[in-house]
Amino acid sequence: MFPSPTTHAESVDFVMLYIVSISVVLLLGITATMIYFVFKYNRKKGHQPVDIHGNIWLEVVWILIPTLLVLSMFYFGYTSYREFRDRPDEAFVVKVTARMWHFSFTYDNGRKSDTLYVPINTPIDLEMRSMDVNHAFYIPAFRIKEDILFSQTNHLYFTPKEEGSYDVACAEYCGLNHSAMYTKVVVMPENKFTAWFGAPAKLQKAGVNN
Amino acid sequence: MADATTAVAEKPYYQVSTNKHSGILSWLLTTDHKRIGLMYFAAIITFFLVGVIIGVLMRLELIAPGRTIMGPQTYNELFTLHGVIMIFLFIIPGLPAIFGNFFLPIQIGARDVAFPRLNLLSYYIYVIGAIMALTSLFLPGGPIDTGWTFYIPYSIRSTTNVSMALLAAFVLGFSSILTGINFITTVHRMRAPGMGWFRMPLFVWATYATAWIQVIATPVIGITILLVVIERAFGVGIFDPALGGDPILFQHLFWIYSHPAVYIMILPAMGVVSEIIPTFSRRTIFGYKQIAYSSLAIAFIGYLVWGHHMFSSGMSDTDAMIFSLLTFLVALPSGVKIFNWVATMYKGSIDPQPPFLWVMAFIVLFSIGGLTGLVLGSLATDIHLTDTYFVVAHFHYVMFGGTGTIFFAALHYWFPKMFGKMYNIKFSKIAVVTYFIGFNMLYFPKFIMGYMGMPRRYYDYLPMFTPYQRISTIGSWILAGTIFFMVGYFIHALYKGKKATSNPWGGVTLEWHISSPPIMENFHEIPTITHEPYDFSQLKEMKNE
Repeated sequence: MFPSPTTHAESVDFVMLYIVSISVVLLLGITATMIYFVFKYNRKKGHQPVDIHGNIWLEVVWILIPTLLVLSMFYFGYTSYREFRDRPDEAFVVKVTARMWHFSFTYDNGRKSDTLYVPINTPIDLEMRSMDVNHAFYIPAFRIKEDILFSQTNHLYFTPKEEGSYDVACAEYCGLNHSAMYTKVVVMPENKFTAWFGAPAKLQKAGVNN
Repeated sequence: MADATTAVAEKPYYQVSTNKHSGILSWLLTTDHKRIGLMYFAAIITFFLVGVIIGVLMRLELIAPGRTIMGPQTYNELFTLHGVIMIFLFIIPGLPAIFGNFFLPIQIGARDVAFPRLNLLSYYIYVIGAIMALTSLFLPGGPIDTGWTFYIPYSIRSTTNVSMALLAAFVLGFSSILTGINFITTVHRMRAPGMGWFRMPLFVWATYATAWIQVIATPVIGITILLVVIERAFGVGIFDPALGGDPILFQHLFWIYSHPAVYIMILPAMGVVSEIIPTFSRRTIFGYKQIAYSSLAIAFIGYLVWGHHMFSSGMSDTDAMIFSLLTFLVALPSGVKIFNWVATMYKGSIDPQPPFLWVMAFIVLFSIGGLTGLVLGSLATDIHLTDTYFVVAHFHYVMFGGTGTIFFAALHYWFPKMFGKMYNIKFSKIAVVTYFIGFNMLYFPKFIMGYMGMPRRYYDYLPMFTPYQRISTIGSWILAGTIFFMVGYFIHALYKGKKATSNPWGGVTLEWHISSPPIMENFHEIPTITHEPYDFSQLKEMKNE
């Protein structure tokens, strides 16, 4: 459907495709049935209407089948969500600071940047904090997003598997220049990243900085 | 009864004063539920048209990237205003206050609501709230720019008139609560002899379920608003994180009301659908009890799903799982309704007059809205799509495609009864078609943009979105054009329309047994109910009445 730079993005696209396919079938079924009835039972044809008060089996069918369908949707949505929420055992930690209308990044060696540079095939752990109002860190290409708050540190995990430069948008309304609060995440091969960073990315276990 | 009284009793309600005044005061001080309904109608439709114009201006700004007709501050104020007006002044009060007031008492065979003076008070509280909201636009500080969700900390830091606008919403809440109390009491105490609970029309059931949400959920937003106003004025540190408060607490409290509020918006619309389909299919409703109970189920489960607005806020995975599961469950009663409505057309005698065509448009648009709600209820996809255009598209399909479309359906259905005049049927059929086309052009591209990663509440956008934004803007012209076209043919019908008969559609609920327009106090004598609500065998007897 769309290019997938992370495994998680593929899994989100699958959930999307699953729900949308079922939905399209239901929508077309409902619409077609309705239009068919309007023609078939049109008053111009002069049928005598029949008062049917209901049918308990039909009611059971159209509660039971949708229940099973939505439970399966819930299941796929939840499992895909969990794999993105679970922190990898070891990850490269970058601190994200958001303020009205700017993101900045601080790396474990003290290096700072306005664009997020990360090495490919490396689990990343963003530790995000706002200096003022609510913001959100949204990478559409990776299908992930998390709010950035003043009152608590929120985390976002991802493992990029394609080189490239991807848009990062602020997705929580934050005032005047909210729509200009864009930056990029640049996924680099390891040697290039090491050259930029001055050293290879060092992975950390969870909670080392907290 | 004296001859003089009989003569008065034959006149339509709008020619008979309920108080000692005549002229404008006979309206402003009236306690008649129908006149109050019409006064709501005038106020609500005015705000709706203002909201439409604001929407069109926003779409015009978005026709091309960069600045087109306004700066970002103006845009931010406009989308806030559009949301506040459409939600608090149009869609929450819309169906209950206009059509509920007018038809709920008639449909249960009552002469008025249980508390007519309280009803008038509700109206004035609504007007005061609306005036406060308007005043906030012109006071120093300027129009509110926080979005209709008023998220903290931004709403604490904003120097615009946040407190005034919030207090307006607070006041409007009381109008909603009092109307709810009035309707609950009316349904319990004022039903005509023989009208058992399961002989009530489904519009009454839906309005009744809605009234309970209004009474139980609205106080939560009232308390929340007061806390924000106190926070802004005195800085006590309830929500403001800089003072040790918790902004997430605000989001919880806000959505504990505002999610049930979307059911306040949609349930009465579902009730109207359950009226229109049997009338134009000329057969009884399929699954009466399932439809009635599903309204109650929606009202109840609707309380327990608010957290799905906050999946990306740092909520625990367990909370997210529970809210997601409950959200999927609340979809089921809506599905039950749709299936029963379509089944009601089976073996009917269908006459697709304008109200029925509006309902058909509703079923398609609302289904799209509901089904895309499943995408947002699912955790993995919601994380990607929350706060994007996908959400904007979803709730416009549900709220506008759902409730808005049914607002027009109800208007086309009951207009001849309310005003005693018939509108131009051909024009109204054209309107349904252009409405449907304009609507989908305006909102469907937003689903695609949302999945591509277009965040909501954006004054500007990346060039890749331009073609979609452009289609959307053109759609807004078609949709707004249709709405003003409708205003035109309804006004024309008021002055020049043919006189409507008492039962132009062949309906059998009680409003079709009385004259068009109804007389003051509705009935010459209170009817005794001997039929189910949608028993069309009555039609033959009614012709002899």
